Order: sequence, then C-alpha cells, then structure tokens
Amino acid sequence: MKGRLVALSIPGMLLPGVVMAAAPAKIVDPVTSWNHLWNEVLIDLFLMGTVFAALAVYWLIKYRATSPDQVGSGPKLSRAQSWAWAMVPAFIFMADDFFLAAKGWTVWNIYRKVPDNAYEIKVTGNMWYWQFEYPNGVTTTYAYDTKEGDGLMVPVGTPVVLRMTSNDVIHSFGMSAYRVKEDMMPGRVTYIWFLPTEEKQSWVTCTEFCGVLHAQMYAPVKAVPRAQFDAWLQKKKSTT
Amino acid sequence: MSTESHGFSLREWIFTTDHKRIGVLYLIGSMAAFAVAGIMALLIRLEQSSVGPTIVADVATGGNQYNVWLYFHGAAMILGFLIPGLTGFAANYFLPLMIGAKDVAFPRVNAFSVWLFYAGIVMALLTFVVNDPPDVMWTGYPPYSILTSGNTAFYVFTVHLLGFASILGAVNFLVTVIYMRAPGMGWNQLNMFVWSTVTAFVIQLVFVPVLASAVTMLLFDKYLGTHFFDPAKGGDVLLYQNLFWFYSHPAVYVILLPALGILFEVIATSCKNMVFNYKAAVYGGMWGIVLISGEVWVHHLYITGMPDWIRIGQMVSTLLISVPVGLLAISMFGTLYRGAITYTIAMKYATACLFLFLIGGLTGIPLAMTVMTVHLSETSFVHAHFHYIMGIFATFSVFAGVYYWFPKMTGKLAGEKLGNLGFWFNFVGVNVTFFPLFIIGVQGMPRRYWNYEMFPQFEPFHKVAMLGSLIVAVGMALTIYNWIVSAISGEKAPANPWKSASLEWTDCANPPGPGNFTKDITVSADWTPYNYGR
Repeated sequence: MKGRLVALSIPGMLLPGVVMAAAPAKIVDPVTSWNHLWNEVLIDLFLMGTVFAALAVYWLIKYRATSPDQVGSGPKLSRAQSWAWAMVPAFIFMADDFFLAAKGWTVWNIYRKVPDNAYEIKVTGNMWYWQFEYPNGVTTTYAYDTKEGDGLMVPVGTPVVLRMTSNDVIHSFGMSAYRVKEDMMPGRVTYIWFLPTEEKQSWVTCTEFCGVLHAQMYAPVKAVPRAQFDAWLQKKKSTT
Repeated sequence: MSTESHGFSLREWIFTTDHKRIGVLYLIGSMAAFAVAGIMALLIRLEQSSVGPTIVADVATGGNQYNVWLYFHGAAMILGFLIPGLTGFAANYFLPLMIGAKDVAFPRVNAFSVWLFYAGIVMALLTFVVNDPPDVMWTGYPPYSILTSGNTAFYVFTVHLLGFASILGAVNFLVTVIYMRAPGMGWNQLNMFVWSTVTAFVIQLVFVPVLASAVTMLLFDKYLGTHFFDPAKGGDVLLYQNLFWFYSHPAVYVILLPALGILFEVIATSCKNMVFNYKAAVYGGMWGIVLISGEVWVHHLYITGMPDWIRIGQMVSTLLISVPVGLLAISMFGTLYRGAITYTIAMKYATACLFLFLIGGLTGIPLAMTVMTVHLSETSFVHAHFHYIMGIFATFSVFAGVYYWFPKMTGKLAGEKLGNLGFWFNFVGVNVTFFPLFIIGVQGMPRRYWNYEMFPQFEPFHKVAMLGSLIVAVGMALTIYNWIVSAISGEKAPANPWKSASLEWTDCANPPGPGNFTKDITVSADWTPYNYGR
C-alpha cells in the first residue's frame, strides 16, 4: 500500500516541472529580485543589530559602578559553558551565513543567466567615454562637455545584454537604476544583462577609477518603446 | 640604556633603542600623517558639498587636484596612520610592559624600523612637492597606474618603506612574545592586546611580501618596460588586483585586531571585569580571523568578471568571517555583563566603538554577498561601510588607547573637560558625516566622483556630510590640543589611576624608566591581567 502511494506520487511531483517547462519562460527582472533580497538582508541585519545594541545599552546603564572601589562580578565560565558560548553562537552565525549565501546565490543565477531572446549591444570603454555598437553597425556615444550624443538607447520590454571591453584602462559599467555593474578590461569581454521595464532615462556611470575625467565618464541610458527604438535605429543607420 | 636620563635631548631621541620612546616616535609620526590626511578629507568633503566644481579649478582639470587628495588621504590614513598607530605606537609602548619584558627582542632593529617608517612618511609627503604627483588611489590598479603621467614610483616606494618597517616589527614582536614573557606567564594569561598584536603581526608577516611584490611589478611595468599586467603582451590585467587584495584584505584585520585588543583592555579595566570567554575570543575569534583572512580577497573583485565558482566560493568564506568576528563581539559585549563601569574618556571612546563596530560590521554583510555587491560596490555605501569599521572605529580605538595610557606615558592626567568635549564633537561629527553616505550609496552615488552632475538629488546629503566633517575637525583639534597641553602641564596622575590589574599599571612607574620594571617580574599560575578582587 505504502509502495503504491509512493509510486503514484512520483508523477505528481514531476507535474509542476512539466508544466513549467511547457509554459513560456517568464523573464525575472533582476531589479525586483535585488530589491526583494535587499529588504530581506536589511531585516536580518536589524534583528542582529538590535539584539546586540539593546543588550549593550541595557548593560551599559545597569552596570555603572556605584563606588570607586566596586569590582565586576562577571561569571567565571566552566569548560562546558565556555564551549557552549563558542559553539552555539558560531552555529547560529554560520546558519545565517549559509542562509544568506543560498539566497544570494539564487539571485546571482538570475544575474548571470542571459535570457535567450536578449538584445545584444557591444560596449567599449575609453578614457573617458563609452562607445555603444548596435547589431546593425550603428554606433553611439555621449560627450560630457557638450552633452551631445544618444548614449545608450534600449527598447522597453526586451532584455538587453551588453558585451563589454576596454581600449585602455579598466573602466566599470555601473547602472544603479538597473542594479548592475561589471568591469570592462582590455583583452577581456565581460557581460551584464538587464530588463528595461518602463520608459525612462537613467545614467550609466564609470565605477572604476580611471583618471582625471573619471567623474565625467557618464552617459544617459534611455529606455524607449520598441517602435520608437526601431525607428531611431533605422534613422541612425540611414544617416551614417 | 643603563643610566636614567635627565631632561630632553634630541640626540637621545634620534638614537634611542628604547621601545617606549620608539612607541612615542611612532605616535608622533602617525598623528602627523593623520593630520595631513585629515586635511585632505576636509578638502574632499568641501569639494563634494556642491554638484559642480566647488574648490577645484574646473571640470576638465578638477580631477587632477581631487584625485591627489584621494590618493594621499587613503594611502596615508591606512599605511601611515592606522597600521603604524596600532602596531607601531601601541604595540611598541605597551606590549613589552604587559608581558613583563625589559624591552623588545631586537631593540636596534626596532629603531631601524621606526626610521624606515619616517622615511615612508616623507616619501608620502613628497606628493605635495613633486610635479605630476601620484594619482592612483591607495589601490594603484594597472593599467591606469602604468599609463598615468603621475609618478606612481612615489606610491611604490612609500609602500616598500612602510611595508619593510612593518615586517621588521612583525619579526621583532613575535620573537618578543614567544621568548620574553615574564617567568610563569602562560599563553592563556596574556593580555587581549598582546594576543591581538601577535595575530596581526602573523598576518603582516605572511601577506606584506605579496603586496611588496605586486607594487614592484607595477614599478617594472611602468619604468622598465615589462608587461606583467598588459594583456596585449601576454600579461594579465587582473593579476595585480588579486595580489593587491590578497594582502590588503588581511590588512583590514591588521587594523581591526589591535583595535579590538585596545578596546578589550579599556573595557575590561573600566568594567573591573574579566574578559568574557577569553579562550573563545582568542582561539576562535582572533586565530579564526587569521585562518580565514587569506581566503576572502575575491570579494574586492566581485565585479571584475571573475569566474562564478570563485565568486560564489569566496562569498561563502567572506560571510563566514562573521563567525570569528561574532565570537569577539560576544566576548567584548559580554565583558560589560555584571561589570562595575566607570565612564572615563577612554571608556566613552570604547563605548562609541561598540556602536561603530555594529554599524560597520553589519553593513559588511550585504557587501559579502556577490549579488548585493554588483549594485553596492564602488558606491558611497562601500565608502561609508569601511569608514565606519576601518576608519572611525579604528581611529576611536587609537584615541581610547591614548587616553587610557596617557598617565602611563606622561605621568599626567589628560584634561577631562576638553577630552569630553572633543569626544562628543568627534562622535556626533563622524555619524553626521558618514551615515548620509549609506543612504545615497544604496541609491547609486558613485565613489571617487567629485562631480556628480548626473545625480543632483544627492547634493543635500553631501552638504550634511560636509557639515559633519567640520564638526569632526573641531573635535580632532580639541583632542590633539588637549593631549599636548595635558602632557606639558596636566595634573600629576596617581600610580594606577584606573585601578587596572594589568602589569603595565601594577608594576611600573609613570612613565616607566629604562628597563621598565624596578624588579624582575614573575607571575603565579592564577594571575591574569583581569583579576579583580576574586
């Protein structure tokens, strides 16, 4: 009887997997995942911090010396208590560490797995500007002094993957609005992907120190509707 | 030195081999570095207080000035103030006293080390004299540090001199603790500060040579035409960062450990209490940190595109640092339990450190997580995090130590009024300065940006931070003024003003004469530096 139940339940366990495989893969927005994890980490930190801080404040007030000759009477731990006060906290900290590591790893996998239909743009870092190259050969850039140039244009709703390298020193491509950042180095190609979910303008800033104009190495990132993006790209292609 | 010295003699100070005088020389040199680097910090805060150029010339060349301030602030604070202040000044002066030794094992090597340190400080100060000063941050990443027109050589030689001074200190103090403890003094009877110095110097001895070789390769690449870091010629562009952080993350613990050691001394004495769970703190906490410290450097390279397996692996080892650090925290907080706390100025600084330690330590946890770092790294969140733990926490512990041992070094009491005033200015000021940086860091304020015209919404936060830095400046000026005035004309201190049970207070004069102790020290099996009335 028991064996039959187990045998029956195996397809049941497989079922959700089959359904998930059949449904079109839903793209998880890394920003949402990051924000969610950040909130969880903050709660974790507040809990730990509050325990230590509350105890410390209580003791710091309670155990003030009442006379100059008073001495403390802290407990002398037995061998077993000593071990317990080392091992129990160690395991609690370790459990929290592994919990956070597992949580972090899950979101990390979202960050590193580029969706299949991602739109690919090549980015090259130079002292001190970025060059963006689109699949049809169009290139754009942005000048900090004249504020001219398109910067990075991306279509809303399509995951975008950036293949990045550098012509000179190490730069880093940081888009705080999309919670992503990765270095670009001479001789290597690195990547990040992100999902523009709404029409907006944000910024990419260089996030690895690269010299005199490091603080001027920035460009707009404009997420526009797909139709507008395609039209812009066509127009660019025909004018160059 | 066999005879008692009378009066001030410059010659005696220059040629001294007395560990106490060398300690004072380290204190003076590191406070000088602290002052100049502190002025750089003020310039940085002033510059960031408005979006565009505030005190730099203009947008195109502003970086030339600002980057040199950043370079000097970072390099001088870490290599010129924190490490020498903790392992040079505090260890030199007090470690031999705590173990009942007449001096260190190699007094002449010790004298050589302090003058190497001064040469390093001079080398760092040349930044303000030479054309094309180094502008490579304290990290000196290639290819920039090789391509720059700035003189990276000054950076390299500063690291060489200070690193060599530190290696000599490491050998000296490890030998001293192993062979020169007072008869009867077992390993479990050492002061926490002694243990923290031992573990810090073990880290220095293992890792400093790696840093020295990394910066030497920079020197070769820039001036002698080698290609260690040039991928076009078969070099590896990330090799330097790996070598640099292989030392420089453990260096954080070279600062953290002695800072904690000083706090343990101040807290245990001010609470008249034994250290809570001493063995767990020493063998689990301090040695645990030594063990893991060399396995976490990749968290500084999370965003460089390192392979996933190493980013994930070192996320776990970095998070596990919380275990030894947690044991030390429990021991430190636990020492308060059923204590008899007296709030001296030193104890006020120590109490502030408990708070700074919590904020700085806990904000390190998201930075240990690879995916969190992808957003947070290179923002002012990181900047605020390491200023809380490494900057202010460690600085406050040096100050706690100076106030705690002030009667020992000068024979006088430090002024209470100015001391307290300075403390409150410092404590309020640092929080006003650095807490806003956490907030704008999470929102994406990039580090090392003097001009943040793309994020004008952060300007009010920078204005608050600037205000905070001015408060700190007042506090620091009051504190240093207080030390100088009290050392010259302070009230005479009683022999053991805090009623400590540690050897440096119970068995030698204020200040100790040549040879430290008037009689040979032996300790019994049930003696500990934290025996209070039981």
